[in-house]
Amino acid sequence: MRYVSQPVKKLDGMPIVKGKPLYTNDLAPNECLIVLALRSPYAYARIKSIDTSKAMLVKGVECVLTYKDVPHVRFTNAGQTYPECSAYDRLILDEYVRYVGDEVALVAANNEKAAQQALKMIKVEYEVLEPVLDYKKAVDNPTIVHNYDDYFMHIPSFNADNKRNIVVDGVEEHGDVEKEFAESEVIAEGEYEVQAQEQCMMESFRTYTYLDHMNRLVVVSSTQVPFHVRRSLARALQIPQSRIRVVKPRIGGGFGAKQTIVSEYYPAIVTLKTGKAAKMIYSRKETFSCSNSRHQMCIKVRVGADKEGNIHVIELDTLSNQGAYGEHGTTTIGLSGHKAIPLYNQARAHRFKYRGVYTNMMPAAAFRGYGATQGQFALESTVNKLAHMLDMDPLLLREKNMLRMGEIMPAYYNEPLNSSALDRCIQRGRDMIGWDEKYPCKEISPTKVRAVGMSISMQGSGISNVDTAGAEIKLNDDGFYTLKIGATDMGTGCDTSMTQIAAETLLADIDQFIVAGVDTDISPFDPGSYASSTTYVTGMAVYNAACDLKNKIITAGAKMMYPERFLDETDKVNPKKFYFDGNRVMEVSTGKTIALHDIAVHCAGTSDGNYLNGTGFYSSPVSPPPLMAGFVEIELDKETGKFDIVDYVGVVDCGTIINSNIVRGQTEGGICQGIGLAMYEDVQYDAKGRMMTDSFMQYKIPNRVDVKKIRVEFESSYEPTGPYGAKSIGEIVINTPGPAIAEAVYNACGVRVTSLPITPEKVKMGMMKNELEKQK
Amino acid sequence: MLVHIFINGEKRKVHCQPDAMLLEVLRDAGCKSVKCGCDTTNCGLCTVWLDGKPVLSCSVPAARVNERHVTTLEGIQDEAEAFGKYLVGEGAEQCGFCSPGLIMNVVAMKKELDHPTDDEIRHYLEGNLCRCTGYMGQMRAIRQYVDEEVEA
Repeated sequence: MRYVSQPVKKLDGMPIVKGKPLYTNDLAPNECLIVLALRSPYAYARIKSIDTSKAMLVKGVECVLTYKDVPHVRFTNAGQTYPECSAYDRLILDEYVRYVGDEVALVAANNEKAAQQALKMIKVEYEVLEPVLDYKKAVDNPTIVHNYDDYFMHIPSFNADNKRNIVVDGVEEHGDVEKEFAESEVIAEGEYEVQAQEQCMMESFRTYTYLDHMNRLVVVSSTQVPFHVRRSLARALQIPQSRIRVVKPRIGGGFGAKQTIVSEYYPAIVTLKTGKAAKMIYSRKETFSCSNSRHQMCIKVRVGADKEGNIHVIELDTLSNQGAYGEHGTTTIGLSGHKAIPLYNQARAHRFKYRGVYTNMMPAAAFRGYGATQGQFALESTVNKLAHMLDMDPLLLREKNMLRMGEIMPAYYNEPLNSSALDRCIQRGRDMIGWDEKYPCKEISPTKVRAVGMSISMQGSGISNVDTAGAEIKLNDDGFYTLKIGATDMGTGCDTSMTQIAAETLLADIDQFIVAGVDTDISPFDPGSYASSTTYVTGMAVYNAACDLKNKIITAGAKMMYPERFLDETDKVNPKKFYFDGNRVMEVSTGKTIALHDIAVHCAGTSDGNYLNGTGFYSSPVSPPPLMAGFVEIELDKETGKFDIVDYVGVVDCGTIINSNIVRGQTEGGICQGIGLAMYEDVQYDAKGRMMTDSFMQYKIPNRVDVKKIRVEFESSYEPTGPYGAKSIGEIVINTPGPAIAEAVYNACGVRVTSLPITPEKVKMGMMKNELEKQK
Repeated sequence: MLVHIFINGEKRKVHCQPDAMLLEVLRDAGCKSVKCGCDTTNCGLCTVWLDGKPVLSCSVPAARVNERHVTTLEGIQDEAEAFGKYLVGEGAEQCGFCSPGLIMNVVAMKKELDHPTDDEIRHYLEGNLCRCTGYMGQMRAIRQYVDEEVEA
């Protein structure tokens, strides 16, 4: 193929590396009012009184807004398709503040100094309330985080109960779980905890807004979900969606953080109140402590098997810390089971219990992996433990039990696995890391040991039956194309990969295409880029649009050749008799041709022309899982518990690769982010609920000295429902480091760390504990 | 206060607050390539050259730069392209938000270090954080760029 599977350079690559002004804050007009938020110093409080009169007197201040100035209509800031799976539990500003950092008031001034000064002049009297800071004690706590009656959830089956601090509560069961456990010869179990990892995209949250000449609200924002922003803003501000236009420029990373609508409401309401342009740029501190993170989860697992290593039953019980507001709570917890249990699809029974709870901590929302990361850390750690109990190679245990192509997956909405190269991924990774020579460990000095560990993983490709995407390709009057998508390139390169699909299908050169960035006035509807949906869902929409346009070009060409034959608009051109090779339409029988350029000129500029616009749509009844095997080799110092990664190998089956550069970058980057989750990134709160890790000083993400060697390879399968056989890549890649590194640490020193991150302290403490137990 | 700064070779009169940092002054002067990533000197995004040496512009008071030479990516477009083409070739620019700071530091490194090893490169660039690439693609691109003229 000319473009599919090729390392096509990103179309916006050169302007990006030359530092052109492409990002939200580079484009904001100078006259924007600066919007800053006054934030709660308390984890839970009611605003008894708030006096803004002195703040209003500061020179340059345009407006100061409090909860009294905003519509009292609750909404969710989760960027999800309507009806959202998240509770309507937010107001733009509320009388109650529910975590340290929650917005108390907004100041807009014509310079930052004035805005900062005005913040200090707002006098607030708080009634300080007792916060819930331990998510294991949140249910039926005397403190109710959302204690009011206009709490609303679209979907009753999630069993949300705000008066009990419950976001979601349920149990799913398949087969006879109790019987299978009773008959199991070996049961491995454990309790695992994954921390509230921060996304840490390099560009913080930011938005600017203004009113256009038609008095419409224009919102330029660094977002993954422009159409959801439009809908949510309309509700929060109580104006019609038709009065809002959302534009997405280049984005400096998202990783899920920008699937939640964070910075958009505040400048928008300022612009509506003042009529003036406004912008809000979150500081890094605000991005750490006043936005959203991964859900902290505690997951109990039991796996029952026979002595031969056949897994018969899996039980997974997840408790999820939602924090102060409910965005993405019901869905992330779902993935902790739905995208872990099917890995061992040979099990005859499973039970998945889940409960998400409100606390007075920063809200959790979407982050690459979206609950699957947490569930897989727990289940993969338990399966590795089972391998040791059975004295069996963990690769063999997986080969016996893992999901296989053609199977129905009961824990995955009974969807079929249409494509899988997982067996080859494991085999390739085994060879690359040198598993057979290195497993489980090798002493390399009296104090240092090298050990290996591994894990497998799955994710999805879009949300089955929910995600939709539209795409349009128009033929311009000079024979070039404009591709319109609503999916949001956030550095992920989808503007390029979507163009590759279009160019491949239309047999065109890639430089014949212009990609229109997302503008909700112009772009076809697309929920946005999340849930590993873009390549698979939007990619199919683009493919369909390209096929549609190709047919229209053929028809137009045939009509130009034989105007008398196709007088009637409804006359169909037989596609077998005419052919489009990318440059011209040809009649097969005569060899007669007409050039694309001539067709384009004719269609645009003559009275019997036509507007050639291909449209495509896609929604899938399935969400085909990409699959992956991750292998790690570590070197551990037994005197200190410190360990380093010597080598990380990831082998992925993402179906057909669309852009080999992009998938490699996604995979290496995702593994690195997973290593951060596994080893370094540690969110800490003090006793009063203040986040202490609110800068890169306190919150360490991997740097290039920490992560020296990541090697990735791909094993292809063909997904029949995806564009050219493609599945997703974006999220799966973060999942394997947690369990693989935990297993390598166990193989190195006999300590199974069950809570992330795996710090030297935890390892050393575990070694000392083992030592003490040995002495007993 | 009034400060005179040579920005990319051009002498500019800059009116700024006494506590203004070089980062905001440069952005206000139109050098939008200079990005703020952290405010705490940890991320490397705001790297520019002060008298030819890389500094973090978020922690340099503008007042200290009076009559001195500041170079941003806007001022070294040829070098940006010379290294950038390798970054783009590897798909290692990704979101691109950290690219200007990285490129400023890589170009400075190439002038400073002769035949750097991978470890020397990693240590020189340790302060340039990136959340997209996992650093591998960047390292491949840097290796190609550093080796380029050595071969020539």
